Amino acid sequence: MNQKLIVSLSPHEKGRDSVKSIMYGVIFSLIPAFIASIYFFGLDALIVTLTAIVTCLVVEYLIQKCLLKGPITVFDGSAIITGLLLAFNLPSSIPLWMVIAGSIVAIGVGKMSFGGLGKNPFNPALVGRVFMLISFPVAMTTWPANRLTLPDGYTGATPLSIAKEAIKNGEPVSQIIAKVGTSLNHFVGNMEGCIGEVSALFLILGGLYMLYRGIITWHIPVFIFLTVFVFSGTLHWINPDKYLSPEFHLLTGGLVLGAIYMATDMVTSPMTTSGMILFAIGIGVLTMIIRIWGAYPEGVSFAILIMNAFVPLINKNMKPKRFGEEVKNG
Amino acid sequence: MLKTFSKGGVHPAENKLSANSPIEILNIPEVVFIPVNQHLGAPAEIIVQKGDKVKVGTLIAKQTGYISANIHSSVSGTVQKIDDVPDTSGYNRKAVIIQVEGDEWETNIDRTDKLVTEIPYTSTEIIQKISESGIVGLGGATFPTHVKLSIPDGKKAEILIINGVECEPYLTADHRLMLEKTHEILVGTKILMKALNVSRAAIGIENNKPDAIKKFKSIIKDYPSIEIVPLKVKYPQGAEKQLIKAIINREVPSGKLPIEIGAVVQNVGTAYAVYEAIQKNKPLIERVVTVTGKKVLKPSNLMVRIGTPIKNLIGYVGGLPEDGAKIVNGGPMMGKAINSLDVPVTKGTSGIVVIPQKEAERSEVLNCIRCAKCVSVCPMGLEPYLLMTYGEKQMWTEAENDKVMDCIECGSCSFICPAYRPLLDYIRLSKTTVGKIIRSRKL
Repeated sequence: MNQKLIVSLSPHEKGRDSVKSIMYGVIFSLIPAFIASIYFFGLDALIVTLTAIVTCLVVEYLIQKCLLKGPITVFDGSAIITGLLLAFNLPSSIPLWMVIAGSIVAIGVGKMSFGGLGKNPFNPALVGRVFMLISFPVAMTTWPANRLTLPDGYTGATPLSIAKEAIKNGEPVSQIIAKVGTSLNHFVGNMEGCIGEVSALFLILGGLYMLYRGIITWHIPVFIFLTVFVFSGTLHWINPDKYLSPEFHLLTGGLVLGAIYMATDMVTSPMTTSGMILFAIGIGVLTMIIRIWGAYPEGVSFAILIMNAFVPLINKNMKPKRFGEEVKNG
Repeated sequence: MLKTFSKGGVHPAENKLSANSPIEILNIPEVVFIPVNQHLGAPAEIIVQKGDKVKVGTLIAKQTGYISANIHSSVSGTVQKIDDVPDTSGYNRKAVIIQVEGDEWETNIDRTDKLVTEIPYTSTEIIQKISESGIVGLGGATFPTHVKLSIPDGKKAEILIINGVECEPYLTADHRLMLEKTHEILVGTKILMKALNVSRAAIGIENNKPDAIKKFKSIIKDYPSIEIVPLKVKYPQGAEKQLIKAIINREVPSGKLPIEIGAVVQNVGTAYAVYEAIQKNKPLIERVVTVTGKKVLKPSNLMVRIGTPIKNLIGYVGGLPEDGAKIVNGGPMMGKAINSLDVPVTKGTSGIVVIPQKEAERSEVLNCIRCAKCVSVCPMGLEPYLLMTYGEKQMWTEAENDKVMDCIECGSCSFICPAYRPLLDYIRLSKTTVGKIIRSRKL
């Protein structure tokens, strides 16, 4: 009985989640939406997505190997998520060299320049996407046909850009709605848009899986949806001819993808529940401001990146309620 | 809806392997090692010498100062020597080493099983007797019970809460005690109520012990002022502040004791020891210890004399398994790993858990991914990730401002962390340092 015993401090038990299991859980939850995208946009969607993932992995590997000369952690799943989410935020017709450029920026600038996983203040996929949106505005806003709406080979426009243009021209909202399809169509994914953003149905399914696995909490997505609903609902109620309905804002563009997958990114979202709620409301309000009064038809990416910048401030000031803090005398 | 505490908490795998093993009496060893520092507070002062004959129940070390506890011999025999022996902390401590001869008890101890329900003593007499009997909190904290029962001036106890939660994975000592000594625990509870002069008591039991809940409920009508409260399973519900919150929905203010809000918490094991001390004249010389582990042949609950070397317990359950890399004194969430099997069982030993190699090793520490799980599971509403950074960077003022001293060291943060960060290690470091700073300020 004289073998050496391991001595360490408590706790001696370990929970079952690891960084890897969380990351691959996110990837797993994205599979249904990914398959739907391939169905909607064809093989292009698959090729763009694989290009983004492979580039992200290679860039991370090269930086870790040649620049940081530290441990290689490319297969922890986080670079795959960045690649997946970046591709989900691109039109499937985008030239592949642009995808590669965006992936290099996403991982190289958005993530590794800050020190790698866990250290980056901004969502790397969105850093990549916004870089591409500003650098390649035409390619980034040319929308290939969704199999459900247009015959192959045509290009269309997203419901949000059609609506924004029409409102600028003074068309009443009721006529616009007739042009861009019903909310049910939008919910299923029957519209033009980025590879992974069109199908609210599958994104919500993925989100529910992440909720079940304890990867995300409900606060950020729900408060983004609520904020957008209240904001757009109020305007729509004041002037239904000029402002789009809340369900239109909720179901089109990148809102569902952004709210469920981009804003909930662990690294770049706040640490406390109250902080998450404030963060989510900020994203909702900024998204609506950009969509309604901004230059771009879509504002989710910018809104999330802007709120990412506020996270350190939110963490500093929105502390959790301490146990035994609010006890009145007696 | 079952009651529980509201903030944080985790669900470690329960692994209550020994739940169906009745308490067995472990053979008395040949030699016992009885440390004088088995409780929180000042070590007891040894009053026997080498060569002295002692019986079971003979006082061998006297409490020194108010927060301290008497220590009695757990065996009969001869004091072989007084020497430093390693205890569960890993340090050498002074201990009385007794060579066992027979099993002769002090004559005033009632060794029968007869249930004595009459309590013809006053509050002062009860507390005095508890103090003489060397009773300490048996849940693991080992705070001297007489001190906890002496209510400071200006405060008033309203409710006695008996802790039958046993939220640590693996441990079943309290569970078995509740099943096998149900009446005794209830009488012990009544004695404690009388000592505290309270008219209400609640016994909190987690819902994973339905048999214990049922057993209590079947006889509770004989004890009208005691309530049985089934609780939803959640760790660390057995922590004092969390248990009070679960049962009476009040929060002990930061830095204060439960009596501030009129509550006193005692463990079921302590209630049983109190029964034995008051009704049977028996000092605290033995306790129930769960000896268990996934690879252990026969996970058991043993009634063990204080001072028995842990190797005897391990021997009884089939020996140390081939794959037994770490041995924990207490539960796996808050217990201490011991470095030797020669360490004796003390008053605070609620369990011995043998952990296999694979689970005993810590994984490589990764970057914090800011998943906020540590914040969401902290039952005290702290930010473990931040407190760890303060510890690493020695930012003591910030650590104090962010309430590092409120940490109850339950380990939920380290347990849940997917990046395997040693959050609690650094929080302990901060607590020790910040504690010193606070004390030096008061001087």
